[in-house]
Amino acid sequence: MSIETPAAQAGPFAHEPVSISRTMGLVMLALLPATVFGLWQFGWPAIYLFAATIASALVFEAMSLRVAGKPVRPFLLDGSALLTGWLLAMTLPPWAPWWIGVVGSFMAIVIAKQVFGGIGQNLFNPAMVARVALLIAFPLEMTSFVVPTPLFSAEAPGLLQGLAITFGGQGFDAFSGATVLGHVRTELGQGHELSVILPGLFGPLSGALGTVAGSLGETSALLLLLGGLLLLYKRIITWHIPLAMLATVAILATLLHLYDPERYAGALYHLVSGATLLGAFFIATDLVTSPVSARGQILFGVGCGLLVYVIRTWTSYPEGVAFAVMLMNACTPLIDHYVKPRIYGRDRKGSPIEYADDAGVSR
Amino acid sequence: MKLFKIRGGVHPDDRKQLAAGQAIEVLPMPALLHIPLQQHIGAPASPAVRRGQLVAKGDLLANGQGMISAPVHAPTSGRIMGVGSYPAHHASGLSVPTITLKPDGEDRWADHIQGVDDPFALDADAIAARVAAAGIVGLGGATFPAAVKLNLRKKYRLHTLVINGAECEPYLTCDDRLMRERSADVIDGIRIMAHALGVERIVIGIENNKPEAQAAMAVAASEHANIRIARLPTRYPMGSEKHLVQTLTGRETPARGLTADIGVVVHNPATAFAVHEALRYGYPLVARVVTVTGHAISRPRNLKVLLGTKVQDILDYCGGFKVEPERLISGGPMMGQPLPSTRVPMVKGSNGVLALTADETNVRDTMPCIRCGSCVQACPCGLVPLEMAAHIRAGDLEGAVSRGLMDCIGCGSCAYVCPGHIPLVQFFNYAKGDMAARGRAKQKQAETKRLAEQRTARMEAIKAAKREAMAKRKREMAAKKKAEAEQAAAPSAHAATPIAETLTAETPAETEA
Ligand code: SF4
Ligand code: SF4
Repeated sequence: MSIETPAAQAGPFAHEPVSISRTMGLVMLALLPATVFGLWQFGWPAIYLFAATIASALVFEAMSLRVAGKPVRPFLLDGSALLTGWLLAMTLPPWAPWWIGVVGSFMAIVIAKQVFGGIGQNLFNPAMVARVALLIAFPLEMTSFVVPTPLFSAEAPGLLQGLAITFGGQGFDAFSGATVLGHVRTELGQGHELSVILPGLFGPLSGALGTVAGSLGETSALLLLLGGLLLLYKRIITWHIPLAMLATVAILATLLHLYDPERYAGALYHLVSGATLLGAFFIATDLVTSPVSARGQILFGVGCGLLVYVIRTWTSYPEGVAFAVMLMNACTPLIDHYVKPRIYGRDRKGSPIEYADDAGVSR
Repeated sequence: MKLFKIRGGVHPDDRKQLAAGQAIEVLPMPALLHIPLQQHIGAPASPAVRRGQLVAKGDLLANGQGMISAPVHAPTSGRIMGVGSYPAHHASGLSVPTITLKPDGEDRWADHIQGVDDPFALDADAIAARVAAAGIVGLGGATFPAAVKLNLRKKYRLHTLVINGAECEPYLTCDDRLMRERSADVIDGIRIMAHALGVERIVIGIENNKPEAQAAMAVAASEHANIRIARLPTRYPMGSEKHLVQTLTGRETPARGLTADIGVVVHNPATAFAVHEALRYGYPLVARVVTVTGHAISRPRNLKVLLGTKVQDILDYCGGFKVEPERLISGGPMMGQPLPSTRVPMVKGSNGVLALTADETNVRDTMPCIRCGSCVQACPCGLVPLEMAAHIRAGDLEGAVSRGLMDCIGCGSCAYVCPGHIPLVQFFNYAKGDMAARGRAKQKQAETKRLAEQRTARMEAIKAAKREAMAKRKREMAAKKKAEAEQAAAPSAHAATPIAETLTAETPAETEA
């Protein structure tokens, strides 16, 4: 048929049952186990902070959409703002005051996402922008961690006391405790050796289960791993970024640990502590801000792992996931430009494939 | 048989169970047939009949024109009602040159229809000529004249004939049924084609969702050691020629090239069946098997229909619509086209009529791209669809081309998986169309420029010649005067010579001008 039509509607006329809200929903479902665990373990103040962060994220999103003149409903329902608020809350100290969550949401939604042009346009992971900005602006609030006091346990703050902590600015020195990474960092800084520091502070089991001081949703390595496996199974993410990132951290940690076990902790310590797993499965894999090709993703994952390890080990920050991911986010456009799949029928340089024999018979 | 991996691809719900159990039925004779003159890629055929003429089944209605074209034959006996135009089997619904035939109900074959006793005694050219005369085109949907493909042997060193029985488009079951019900005939056609191509090796690729067809073809091929059945993994677009050949041989077809570049020619089982009928019985291509299906159809069927049958006649036979369809499509859901109306006729390339419900099409509002990379993973050609679409959206078509737009096979895998429901293929089609138009415009421009330059050059040449002639005449005059003056000054015997010399010297220049 040689007829040319101005705008013939093209196929396909079937579509996989997918949508952006389904993708976001599945990520939240994968976050759920670790979140519920974090909320339970850190009690009412954590629940309040979580709610304040998410609610403010939604409000900021709606406001920004209105200002930008975009339809509010479909974009609010796509779930991306909800997920951003959720992820941000996961990385906050659980008993941080409410305004930390609200300021963070503002940073994430308005500055990091909407100013860049809304969903899909942002260069940096919004939740990580917010976390880094908060850490720099409010170092005290952002490093005040507490030991776990599970909901309904004897010493846990009740409904009202929780309100006082989150919204009333009530102090909680009695509960405070440093994260494993922070503690080790300080002790190492004072010249102590790992064989002295680690026993009693870090056990692989408590680290994996997450019954330690830490950010709201970062402590339980096992539950995060579970969520990550769900994402892989549902094919929301591929293995490239998480595996590359975790493997890089593990290999570096192992090598340096072999070199000097008193200064450098082993692979397991790095994998289960801090935001390593949350970062590998939920933050570095953020669709918008990571490369789109498989090889690009591997490169990106390796970069994240490398930076996480370097920042944790040789800088003054005990934790490096947020910085690492943001630095790699900045490289994403470059990676996507230079690392592309090879086009069918062409070599890597883009010239048509040539075979040595003009008609090869393969068996 | 060892199979090789291809990249990308998707696993759509194949929904073949709707029609796969239905044996091929012959559609009752329609009241009227509308036979378009162009049912193939290439130049349209030119009409060879007049209004009012009586024709027998198989009589030539229109002659193929040029290197790439195909003739059209009378699908049944009857009277020519008109040679005019009629809405095309195409999304545009534009009218195209069409012959209208009123069947007389006798369905009488023309007397001259005659088969060959032993096609294998014919040489390659004779087979190709018969295939061309029978109007056979690629029946998998591409509608490229089959004879032209058989003649590839003249330019390429071929070693394998691949039969594309993948039928990877969801819903379609016409090739499946044909391979199951007429396996011996299909194999015969395949062997005739291999004979014409001069290749020994034959591989028939059939996806694993068609075990009955695999079994039937294996039985029919069992006497022929050179035919192998490849059991293909079920994955779209396995039926893309280049990807099928890669699966079977491990080799990619060079960009912008043909599978013949790596020694392989691909044909469809329905084409093979048509070749069998043309060679053994002398039947031209006047009918084809089509799958009528979708959840909006009352009784999904596989029907043998005469070319030119209206889609409405087919739908009526299948009990009409159960529910009002959201979309009516010609071909498969992945690469098919929307049908503008049910009045349009069936053509050589129509392998399916799908009436899909809203549930099946799953159309949603388009959202912004979230850079999820699903399209990159799904693309079987190693392209980055989101990037190409972004360039096209920004009006930078060259940018899209430099990122591989022209290597896109339009398979739709990317759009199928996009969570933002972005109509990626529509972007690509638009850009390809625009680039083609630009190419044509550029060619035209170059042609105009060339002609203009030629004209200027001609004019210049004429002017130069005139100037030259003028100058010569002046010189001639001057020489004459001088000679006269000399003659006057010194009247001697040798005075005539210079004049004669001047004249002889001038003659060739004169002719040139
Ligand atoms: S699949 Fe759609 S949303 Fe995802 S990257 Fe491709 S175009 Fe963007
Ligand atoms: S339509 Fe083109 S870009 Fe999309 S998957 Fe198919 S070949 Fe790739």
